[in-house]
Amino acid sequence: MGLLFFYSLRNLFTRRLTTVLTASGMALVVFVFASILMLAEGLQKTLVETGSSDNVVVIRRSSGSEVQSGVDRVQASIVETVPEATSGPRGRPLLAKELVVLITMEKRESGSRANVVIRGISEDSFLLRPQVRVSVGRTPKPGSSEIIIGRSIEKGFQGADLGKSLFFAMRSWTIVGVFDAGSTGFSSEIWGDVDQLMQAFRRPVYSSVLFRLRESADFDEVKSRLESDPRLTLEAKRETIYYKDQSEMMAKFLRILGFSLTIVFSIGAVVGGMITMYASVANRTREIGTLRALGFRRASILTAFLAESLFLGLLGGTAGLFFASFLQFFTVSTTNFQTFSELAFRFSLDVSITLKAMAFALGMGFVGGILPALRASGMEIVDALREA
Amino acid sequence: MLLRLVFRNLLRHKLRTGLTLCGICVAILSFGLLRTVISAWYAGVEASSANRLITRNSISLTFPLPLSYLERIRGVEGVKTVSYGNWFGGIYIEEKNFFANFAVEPRTYLELYSEYLLPEDQKQVFLRDRRACIVGRKLAKRFDWKVGDLITLRGTIFPGNWEFVLRGIYSGRDSRVDESQFFLHWDYLNESLKKRKSVMTDQVGIYILSVANPEHAAETAERVDRIFRNSYAETLTETEKAFQLGFVALTEAILMVIQLVSFVVIVIIMAVAANSMSMSVRERLGEYAVFKTLGFGGTYLATMILGESLFIALLGGTGGVLLTFPAAKIFLNYLGDYFPVFFVTGQTVIFQGLAALAVGVAAAVLPTWRSVRIPIIQALGRIG
Repeated sequence: MGLLFFYSLRNLFTRRLTTVLTASGMALVVFVFASILMLAEGLQKTLVETGSSDNVVVIRRSSGSEVQSGVDRVQASIVETVPEATSGPRGRPLLAKELVVLITMEKRESGSRANVVIRGISEDSFLLRPQVRVSVGRTPKPGSSEIIIGRSIEKGFQGADLGKSLFFAMRSWTIVGVFDAGSTGFSSEIWGDVDQLMQAFRRPVYSSVLFRLRESADFDEVKSRLESDPRLTLEAKRETIYYKDQSEMMAKFLRILGFSLTIVFSIGAVVGGMITMYASVANRTREIGTLRALGFRRASILTAFLAESLFLGLLGGTAGLFFASFLQFFTVSTTNFQTFSELAFRFSLDVSITLKAMAFALGMGFVGGILPALRASGMEIVDALREA
Repeated sequence: MLLRLVFRNLLRHKLRTGLTLCGICVAILSFGLLRTVISAWYAGVEASSANRLITRNSISLTFPLPLSYLERIRGVEGVKTVSYGNWFGGIYIEEKNFFANFAVEPRTYLELYSEYLLPEDQKQVFLRDRRACIVGRKLAKRFDWKVGDLITLRGTIFPGNWEFVLRGIYSGRDSRVDESQFFLHWDYLNESLKKRKSVMTDQVGIYILSVANPEHAAETAERVDRIFRNSYAETLTETEKAFQLGFVALTEAILMVIQLVSFVVIVIIMAVAANSMSMSVRERLGEYAVFKTLGFGGTYLATMILGESLFIALLGGTGGVLLTFPAAKIFLNYLGDYFPVFFVTGQTVIFQGLAALAVGVAAAVLPTWRSVRIPIIQALGRIG
């Protein structure tokens, strides 16, 4: 058996051009397969990590996102009295009343315009989101025209540099810091003092109220109380669920796109593999006859040819994944149409994607190799030896 | 003689030729579908008219403009008709039933968008009835709506349930027109908001302007923006095309990926086709040596190989093109909600043809070079 295995390997080596062409076809398919999975994974990871499950977001009923929501001051102060909220450092509940608006900014590279989230923050906003850390500079002083920008904004948009100012809502706002929120949606936001921003944008209402629960299990009770209060027209969601809902449409789109592409591509690659394997069987008819005459069994021949095809798949899969892994250094920045705002996320590769991609590559090798291998093993010794 | 040789060679390995054909067919088909997706992305841009301008708040589209700008814009030199509207953002029963719905000033809007064909009697009823709405043909078909039906939308921007009576179904003048939109009276929205003492009254999302002469569009846009400079709601006026391109640009990253992938599929199939050609040529190296011995030149061999490769590629390509049309129909059934306008353009078919040609030529290059260059003795002495 070992002999046959090396026979298969050396065959691949002998027909280098064909091997390289077939394997590179498969590698491209695996590359596309892996990259789409990585993209969907990165998107979901970004939006799921954005929220924390102990935090509750309160927005206007059926508005779907903070951008469309409006919570007036009276309602916001009613929410402020929820007893289930944990208390902050100043003894008051850990709660932030926030404003979310979109402004148009120009991208650094293409110069095209995109919608960027401006978040008006209260004093507790940073405490409620421990994943957001100031990496350069400082936080804006309350009551001032100062803003702090997310890392993706600094990288991606014109004029977003520390110490410079941005002009919007008839005022110029000084950038006093850059924050790093890891791979979360906050990295694509600009934060400033909520009262200043509400004044500047002439928006008399908040967009959302965010607070942390003392006991995570209290959520259902808080939700039903807030939603049945006749004075309120609001709905409460766990922050994790809130952000997950926002990625749904795009994730679904990426998934449909990814799967239809992969199916189509794999047909191409399987066809390529099959052609190669059929040819390699046809070319070696006499050799197969000889092997059989020497006493190798049909099953061994079948395994040898299948192994050759699987090895092709393995080669393609490894190459495809190797190149796909470099994608992790790239960040994709695009508009999430559910929130109508810009979101930056990375390709993210994990073990399950690696395994899926390898399984897919081997699967292609198997499907491409099984028919030719069956043909090889089914040959009669005499006919095979007689073949010119 | 040459042609016959090409045909004979094609039929030598029926299975291989068949598989290659099938591979090329699938690749050209998917290339066509991807190009169609891309052109569907640009549908709004394609459908835009050169003499329409859009004025919006310069902060971002989510900020409104006051209604009082209407008369001032109307007075700008070069502006013919002005209409206005809001993104209504209503949801029909549940989120997944998404469609675009706008509150517009109906009389001027229908005048500006003359490509929306609405029967005259329906139009008159629609204009008279404030609670009326009109929808596109495709949208009406999707939810099986008939004229006279009551439709309730749940507002996401404007809270509450909103009831409308369907008074008309418009169709597009050509296939580029989006027939899946929903229009309601801006006045109805505004009056209802006033009754509720909302802060969002007398606010307009965008103004749509028509200019008499498209050549003066840029100056007119500049004139409009100059009036409102340094006001609390500054405007940004651009041609409808630029406005729509702005939407495309929002998702340009995804668009780039699709564009890239559509070329990758061609590269994959080039590898497959080149592989099968190089295998055929390798098997026949002995025969080519005989040809050479008989005095046939390199050009002859090259034409023979290229002819075979091109034949396979073009046949597969034709199959792919023909299959694109039914495939696009199926695709539309699944993704119709994402792409209201989705059809295969002539340009796509041309691109498909060029791609097939490229595959055929590229697949033949390496094997040809090899068979022409190889010395006769070596070719004759070679085994398998």
